[in-house]
Amino acid sequence: MHEYSLIQSLLDVVDAEARSRGATAVHHLRVQVGELSGVETELLASAYELFREHTSCAGADLEIVPVPARWGCPDCGAEIVRGDVLRCAACARPAQLETGDEILLERIEMEVA
Amino acid sequence: MCETCGCGDPEVVPVEVQQDLLAGNDRTARHNRDHFMRDGVLAVNLMGSPGSGKTALLEATARRTDDWRLGALSGDLATDNDARRLDAAGIPSEAITTGSACHLDARLVHRALHDLPWRDLDLLFIENVGNLVCPAIYDLGQEVNVVALAVTEGDDKPLKYPVMFRKADLVLLTKVDLLPYLPQVNVAAIEDALARTMPEPNLIRVSAVTGEGIDKWVDWLRARRSATVCAEATTATTTTATA
Repeated sequence: MHEYSLIQSLLDVVDAEARSRGATAVHHLRVQVGELSGVETELLASAYELFREHTSCAGADLEIVPVPARWGCPDCGAEIVRGDVLRCAACARPAQLETGDEILLERIEMEVA
Repeated sequence: MCETCGCGDPEVVPVEVQQDLLAGNDRTARHNRDHFMRDGVLAVNLMGSPGSGKTALLEATARRTDDWRLGALSGDLATDNDARRLDAAGIPSEAITTGSACHLDARLVHRALHDLPWRDLDLLFIENVGNLVCPAIYDLGQEVNVVALAVTEGDDKPLKYPVMFRKADLVLLTKVDLLPYLPQVNVAAIEDALARTMPEPNLIRVSAVTGEGIDKWVDWLRARRSATVCAEATTATTTTATA
């Protein structure tokens, strides 16, 4: 249930940003969650509902953008098909995770006076 | 104020933040890593399911490494049983009881380091909370991630928990002495599952009971420790040269 501690750090980051920009309200948050980040998006959403009360995010929607895992060859750039062995068939190099491990607060929409 | 038409309505502005939500943990992990590096301590984050044999593995490791100074931090929700077992096996240990938290994080490790004389160690084991999910996402400042996977757990575990196995530098297949009693467990299927979840699959079969594979695991640790000490020496030389 690390989703709870992630929401706590999300609220801290938003609060600091809102304060530094003199925001009067926060409307919307967009977070990217990678398929291989180890974060369950539904748990993240319910943790947010529970914790946002009495914070600067009390009136803000949380948009969660799932990012699929994509593996590729670091040498030739060939994509590794989902479920395949994580090694480039052409170069025999170990595959590299290109997207899918992010837990990223991408954007905040806030109201400034 | 809205600058588009001057109507007096408040303005809603989008702010691009691109902030990693684990940044706070990762900062503390870097701090831990700097300490380990500077003092030439190889820190091993040992993860795995509850009952996968992590503590027994460390006890067996202690029996084959008389020339090393070992230490351990041992995470569990409750009790200091594992830390006491490790103490008895000759590995000075400190328990980290997490209460309800299902994983260790860099801050918990940092705090526990204050209670363990770790600077004189060759090798520090961080025995994580038994769990194949959450521990994988928290960097503790370790040099290597090792996952203990027991033969009794079934051969598709890596496919079910890809996040954990992706992060592993080494998987120890534990309790291999039980294989004769488990005809349905196919080690080749485990190896195949690892090849689809670990970019550089690396598996050692071990048994804490018979001692099978423990020497191979100790050799692996020895090689990683030499690499760490060399890297530390290079950093020190570079720093001196720069100074």
